[in-house]
Amino acid sequence: MEIVEEHLRDLLLRGLQADAAAYERFLKELGAHLRAFLRRRLSQYLGEVEDLVQETLLAIHNQRHTYRPDMPVTAWAHAIARYKLIDWLRSHRVKEALNDPLDDAGELFASSDEEAAEARRDLGRLLQTLPERQRLPIVHVKLEGLSVVEAARLTGMSESAVKVGVHRGLKALAAKIRGTA
Amino acid sequence: MKTDDWVAMLATGAQPVPAHALERRLFAALVAGGAGAATLMLLVFGLRPELAQMAALPMFWGKLGFAAALALPAGWALLRLARPGADWRRVLRWAALPVALVWALAGWALLQSPEADRWGQVLGSTWRSCPFNIALLSVPMWIACFWVLRRAAPTRLAWAGAGAGLLAGAVGALVYAVHCPEMALPFVAVWYVAGMMIPTVLGALLGPRLLRW
Repeated sequence: MEIVEEHLRDLLLRGLQADAAAYERFLKELGAHLRAFLRRRLSQYLGEVEDLVQETLLAIHNQRHTYRPDMPVTAWAHAIARYKLIDWLRSHRVKEALNDPLDDAGELFASSDEEAAEARRDLGRLLQTLPERQRLPIVHVKLEGLSVVEAARLTGMSESAVKVGVHRGLKALAAKIRGTA
Repeated sequence: MKTDDWVAMLATGAQPVPAHALERRLFAALVAGGAGAATLMLLVFGLRPELAQMAALPMFWGKLGFAAALALPAGWALLRLARPGADWRRVLRWAALPVALVWALAGWALLQSPEADRWGQVLGSTWRSCPFNIALLSVPMWIACFWVLRRAAPTRLAWAGAGAGLLAGAVGALVYAVHCPEMALPFVAVWYVAGMMIPTVLGALLGPRLLRW
């Protein structure tokens, strides 16, 4: 656990400084832990696991500003995973599983599962539901890998509008996935 | 969609995250909420002409101190409630200290005074309006706190709502104390606490609905 903590913390801190490669590794490794954790917790709903892994990773990305370098990454990520799992169980009315204790951060990092499955969710279709000022920045910056400057030139939007569009667009995606917007 | 592609999408072009984003937002909320409460106070109640005489009494400052002593742990707890995995319980417990102290001092003051005066000390002349005035002045800060929380990641939504409500109530009480003519501690112990509980309970009730993410 301590080794995992130091390793993930290093990756996340670099990621927060916009080191995209470190950040991608952080999300990927965290995703493997999440997958193992959720497969165990949702053994009756294995078909849902990959969707929830992705939803939780999106939440972690959208909330990365709430991480503080003086707290353990494992505790922070576990709290988000726990919140997302409970939210999922409630909205799917799975009552039994809500009674199991979920307070041990060690459980999330005890194992990892790298075998990523395909989620049923289709990003392309989700993106279609977003307004253009959010969809275009996400398509150009997040999917095509253009820089903010290039995306701004291509769309005729200002650079800050592109950044805001990505940020709000990802939040809007999270809300759509959750089914509250 | 494959999770590897999903992760790559999230990581691509991720912007650096400014440090202390949450603290800066809470500070902005305090400025907005405090200014909003002060404006409401001036518009609805106005300043008392005898404010200078009131400010000469220790109890005037006692009320301000009481509200500030609650706002401090509430704000600190709110910063932790807004972050997943941070320990907020221990911080929130500090809010019980000023309340316990004021209750103890008020009980002592009541015991010291003749029986005929006791009700007068508790009810003062404004007990009917005081809690609602505090709740009214807490509205701007309540909205500002929920604005902060909606941009953060609270995982205990009812508690986060209650923390936001308590901070809003304390700010409301702090501003109302400038107008409030009551100078008896038993009054503060009952009606100030009641006034701050209104936004706190509302926050706890509305938190789960407004703060989901």
